[in-house]
Amino acid sequence: MNRCAIIGIGQTKHASKRADVSIPGLVREAAQRALDDADLTYADIDAVVIGKAPDMFEGVMMPELYLADALGATGKPMLRVHTAGSVGGSTAIVASHLIEAGVHERVLTVAFEKQSESDAMWALAPKLPFQPTTVAGAGGYFAPHIRAYMKRSGAPPDTGMRVVVKDRLNALKNPYAHLHQGDITLESVAASPMLWDPIRYAETCPSSDGACAMVLASEKAAERAPRPPAWIHASAMRSEPTMFSGRDQVSPQAGKDCAADVYRQAGITNPRKELDCAEIYVPFSWFEPMWMENLGFAEEGAGWKMTLEGATAMDGDMPVNMSGGVLSSNPIGASGMLRFAEAAMQVRGSAGAHQLDGVRRALGHAYGGGSQFFSLWIVGREKG
Amino acid sequence: MRDVAVVSFAQSHYVRSDTQHNEVEILMPVISEAIERSGVPCKEIGFTVSGSCDYLAGQPFAFVNALDAVGAWPPIRESHVEMDGAWALYEAWVRLQCGDIDSALVYAFGKSSLGDVRDVMTLQLDPYCVAPLWPDSISVAALQARALLDAGRCTERDMAEVATRSRRDARSNPAAQLSGAADVDALLREPYVVSPLRRHDCPPISDGAAAIVLAAGDLARRVSKRPSWITGIDHRIEPHALGVRDLTQSPSTRLAADRAGAGRAPVDVAELHAPFTHQELILRDAIGLGDDVRINPSGGALAANAIMVAGLARIGEAASRIIGGDADRVLAHATSGPCLQQNLVCVMEAR
Repeated sequence: MNRCAIIGIGQTKHASKRADVSIPGLVREAAQRALDDADLTYADIDAVVIGKAPDMFEGVMMPELYLADALGATGKPMLRVHTAGSVGGSTAIVASHLIEAGVHERVLTVAFEKQSESDAMWALAPKLPFQPTTVAGAGGYFAPHIRAYMKRSGAPPDTGMRVVVKDRLNALKNPYAHLHQGDITLESVAASPMLWDPIRYAETCPSSDGACAMVLASEKAAERAPRPPAWIHASAMRSEPTMFSGRDQVSPQAGKDCAADVYRQAGITNPRKELDCAEIYVPFSWFEPMWMENLGFAEEGAGWKMTLEGATAMDGDMPVNMSGGVLSSNPIGASGMLRFAEAAMQVRGSAGAHQLDGVRRALGHAYGGGSQFFSLWIVGREKG
Repeated sequence: MRDVAVVSFAQSHYVRSDTQHNEVEILMPVISEAIERSGVPCKEIGFTVSGSCDYLAGQPFAFVNALDAVGAWPPIRESHVEMDGAWALYEAWVRLQCGDIDSALVYAFGKSSLGDVRDVMTLQLDPYCVAPLWPDSISVAALQARALLDAGRCTERDMAEVATRSRRDARSNPAAQLSGAADVDALLREPYVVSPLRRHDCPPISDGAAAIVLAAGDLARRVSKRPSWITGIDHRIEPHALGVRDLTQSPSTRLAADRAGAGRAPVDVAELHAPFTHQELILRDAIGLGDDVRINPSGGALAANAIMVAGLARIGEAASRIIGGDADRVLAHATSGPCLQQNLVCVMEAR
């Protein structure tokens, strides 16, 4: 397998309504920044791999067809990935395979969602024959998983509130983040309305317009890049069915297997010690402790202790979601890629005000569907 | 590049409207058959990837339930493209090039009967300037046919001959939805659906599914007496706006065919994904297929056109000619988008 590096990263300013740009304008904003970062133009790109969550989130069927020329793909191969919420991560991995397989030298990968053009709540609540419509959105779906986690782990009820305060304060350091809530406190979160018990309004991801893009390159192409590359040390995807008797929806096997796969590829036996930080997909606050366990950073039932002890804070021993995470910006299709990109930014030293010191290896994580699709990558400063 | 081959292919019977089965129920026997025929034990499949479209089912995450047809437990390495299954096969081919796994299951499914496909396809067009005018898929294809006729590149009789040949050939394809003997003169007496397209120029509306198993190197040689080796595969896209393209040409097909090495030696059979009769003529020209090449012995997309499936089925049909010993070198093509916007070419050979 050939080496693959990230040599350019770009993202948009995320906002609830980016009425200043059309869909092509939005994706180009991120793509152009990624190309500028790599000191390349569209002409240098061999192929484009684009991802987004359900097409109903904008109301455009297979929008990559419409976006082909806006992304400079004319006369080139273009792939469109869709693996639910994990899609931003999966898209980057599919793009990386084009490099690792030796098919291309430089691939532009883009993920986006322009939620303001449709209504995700409507799109997630279709009226299908023989099925009741839930009209509950993702929060209604995941709240029972969180309740099960609370019961199982005995975590203190303020765990989720601590996560969201940490993430939103981190977001103040990220100029691209959707939410900048400088006045957030445990008290203000506690006072916000309960949407889906135990998920409060303030513990929920926003609904965002936004895009993320990366330029992935072969070893040869990366050596000519103007700025330090991030090298992919490991990547993996895993899926399991939505429903079956005995399925653990709180800590799904697919997530554990996916993590075990990337640790094996990267030669990691103690992830908490051997990784410097992690940017993970936390759309509802409680998923931080849940994923800490699923990813093997904490023992089963002990993930919440990392949050309470401050281990996942910027100055903790395993900083999580330095960018402010999904809780601060959620252009759904791009959210996974933003996690992957933040991990790469940290090892490149290009994360600006939310940069940690001396990051050698970082983990990017995304999940989707009913906690059943997982994508992960580990990136490093050295070639690995 | 690493040697990768199609070792098995299965597809459903295509029907206008399958009211008895949902997508999972259509897929299950197809996937089982493809895996059984491949000789690769189900649990040893290294990667699974599918192609489908939410807008056909009218629901988000339409591909999620399809996982139930695979039996994704213990968890599997899996991916999905919101594209025709031919592009899922491309992703699988790339994945196998990485070298750490040796086999992949590729499947595609689509029930066009669930909505009005002529209107649904409109939602694929520029959402700000074109889709609100609501041009339907047949009208958009008719623009292309008109351009081809006006350029003097074909006649309505040429188009009808594509239809009669396709339906005649489809008689020997048990999966086909439309087949039979038709007289060109009789077809030309039929009224236009959207001028210059008559009913026979348009594809049927189909429900169905298809699956392919790919295997690499020694595994392919072990499980198959005559694997269909992929010697070249490439795909290219053109701008979306119809007004900026010469609709009588398919430069993306030409480029993909060139990159896939189509012209390096003659092909015995070509399976072209041409949902409209005139598109076959454009594609033959773009690829440079002579009159000696057998085109669409399966009947092609004019005999069955399950959207998201028909491209993958072309690869499967072409590969079957190699696996069955009827051909030594074949070409398969898949298309996506209005007026052949995006095209994939896959060249396969016996060894």
